[in-house]
Amino acid sequence: MRKVRAAAAPYLLALPAWIWFAIFFVVPIAAMASVSLTTGNLLEGFQQTFSFSNYAKAVGQYHTQLIRSLIYGGIATLIMLVLAYPMAYWIAFKGGRRKSMYLFLLLLPFFVSFVLRTISWGFLLADDGILFGPLKSAGLLPGDFHVLATDVAVIGGLVYNFLPFMVLPIYVALERVDPRVVEAAYDLYASRWAAFRKVVLPLSLPGVFAGVLMTFVPATADPVNARILGGTGNTMIGNIIQTEYLTNNDYPTASALSFTLMAVLLVGIFVYARSLGTENVLEAAAR
Amino acid sequence: MTEIQAGTEAAAAASGAPQVPAIELDGVVKEYLAHGEVVQAVKGVTLAIAEGEFFSLLGPSGCGKTTTMRMVAGFEEPTRGVVRLLGQDVTNVPPNKRDVNMVFQSYALFPHMSVWENVAFGLRRRKVAEAEIRRRVGEMLEIVDLGGREKRRPREMSGGQQQRVALARALVNRPRALLLDEPLGALDLKLRQAMQIELKRIQREVGITFVYVTHDQSEALTMSDRIAVMNDGLVEQLAAPREIYERPATAFVAGFIGTSNLLSGAVDRVESGCAVLKLGEHGRVLVAEASQRAGDPISVTVRPEKITISTEEPSGDISAVRGTVSEVVYLGLYNSYAVRLADGAEVTVFQQNALDSSSTAERGDAVWLSWQPHHSYAIGS
Ligand SMILES: Nc1ncnc2c1ncn2[C@@H]1O[C@H](COP(=O)(O)OP(=O)(O)O)[C@@H](O)[C@H]1O
Ligand SMILES: [Mg+2]
Repeated sequence: MRKVRAAAAPYLLALPAWIWFAIFFVVPIAAMASVSLTTGNLLEGFQQTFSFSNYAKAVGQYHTQLIRSLIYGGIATLIMLVLAYPMAYWIAFKGGRRKSMYLFLLLLPFFVSFVLRTISWGFLLADDGILFGPLKSAGLLPGDFHVLATDVAVIGGLVYNFLPFMVLPIYVALERVDPRVVEAAYDLYASRWAAFRKVVLPLSLPGVFAGVLMTFVPATADPVNARILGGTGNTMIGNIIQTEYLTNNDYPTASALSFTLMAVLLVGIFVYARSLGTENVLEAAAR
Repeated sequence: MTEIQAGTEAAAAASGAPQVPAIELDGVVKEYLAHGEVVQAVKGVTLAIAEGEFFSLLGPSGCGKTTTMRMVAGFEEPTRGVVRLLGQDVTNVPPNKRDVNMVFQSYALFPHMSVWENVAFGLRRRKVAEAEIRRRVGEMLEIVDLGGREKRRPREMSGGQQQRVALARALVNRPRALLLDEPLGALDLKLRQAMQIELKRIQREVGITFVYVTHDQSEALTMSDRIAVMNDGLVEQLAAPREIYERPATAFVAGFIGTSNLLSGAVDRVESGCAVLKLGEHGRVLVAEASQRAGDPISVTVRPEKITISTEEPSGDISAVRGTVSEVVYLGLYNSYAVRLADGAEVTVFQQNALDSSSTAERGDAVWLSWQPHHSYAIGS
């Protein structure tokens, strides 16, 4: 009896988590899946008709924004990776006793709301704002120069907002690399570059993997940056879902789009995990 | 300094020709800045290690063994002094350009690589041809008895196996010298003893200079050609194991290596080359080869197993002191006696367990202890 109870203990302890997961994840997903197959409108109500055509219609109508979101998310993730890796490397290996301070600085922006920060970037980048205004009147920039409402502004915003989520997992992975193992590489005739490429980089790949997941998914689905920093030509799928849901009250279309986005991201993650998350890459890096 | 030269000469004489030492440290000092204070981890080490030698750095934890080793490997630059490999000054040469390899205390295997890739790492960096790599790695894995396990990851192996991978990974490069920092420290006693024999065999097989760091005196004594006993950043004695054991140069060495008894007093007279020191009313200690003269203070060490216990007063030109047995510990092969002398000093005596147990002394017995003059060693303070 005691044995049974001891064996059950971990499950019992995990029960609140499971309940939380069921209520706040499984139920909404199921509800959304159901809504995505209904027809009707807000006034007359939605009927479950299993109309899978909702998906075809939504994707047909909004594939431009869907693809654009994936491209923006992808580019932003790549830029973040390029920026974050050296930052994480520097903090982990050169940070010395100030490591925690640098990490705190990295997280400092989180003390201000995400939307507010994005809006202030809007002010900064405004055509005649505090940054470009003086430069333009000084004749250093042409009068029609603008950043706001371009790809650059939206991708820049995504990079700015999600960068810490890339830095942190990479930092954690680098921090866990045993310095003796790196020394062993030097001892075995590796140059600095070879030691990095053959030992440090492969050992930090789990962090890179996590960082990419933690930034690509929210960046691709993000509606805030495109709305505040983008123009009409920069609309992302997140904006469409929001509009369909809140403005047009077209719940089936919004749900179908959400599911499509989720499916695309899941497939992407799966392919990515198969190619990068497995030992194949490590094996290749070892050569 | 003198014993260092003696050591090098001995090694040179053995090979019949003067030889450039594989490793030379010349007045090497290493200072660290810790919390704004200068800490001298190594306070001035000068030594020469001959090619093909099994050389040990022995000393208590924190005496500077690892720091010394890391300066030879190139991970630390000496604050002062010169490091030479085969006569070449390498003091400022980075580790990847030094022809020595290190076996780390924690092995430091590459966790993301198979055993095979770990061992091939050094050869790959040196751009050795692939066929040659295959041959040498295969050969080395056979030597360390890991054939058939080349696809394993380090974490899938036992401590002893990881140890052998670390050894193979370093040896496969055929370095001029192999540096081993307490390589057996993480293994249990049985495995450690097996690996000691294994290491000696491998060293004979490959003929590479081994520099072996350990705090385990028995390990150093059984494996080494020569030992440098370190204490507090300095070499206290550098000599062959037997010499270190039988003739400790300092009180520290005497105390650190095995069990040793320390007796102090003043030289009473010098008789036929032996300094005689009086202990108590009837006690005398004869010291062969002492440079002290009558009246000089002297400290003498004697090993517990050199002492004989008897109930009658021994005669002849030998050391003889009186005492009372205060403790007897049965240790299987031998008994260990603690004998308290009249002046309060305690002497440890090991007596082999004879078939006839009538000779054993009991607690409280008044006994005589005796030993030969050449088993007493006068030591520097
Ligand atoms: N990087 C360092 N910074 C400051 N002090 C150090 C450093 N490395 C070693 N020391 C000090 O130097 C002394 C010798 O250390 P070490 O060579 O590791 O000794 P051992 O290997 O004999 O145990 C110790 O007192 C240690 O605290
Ligand atoms: Mg050490």
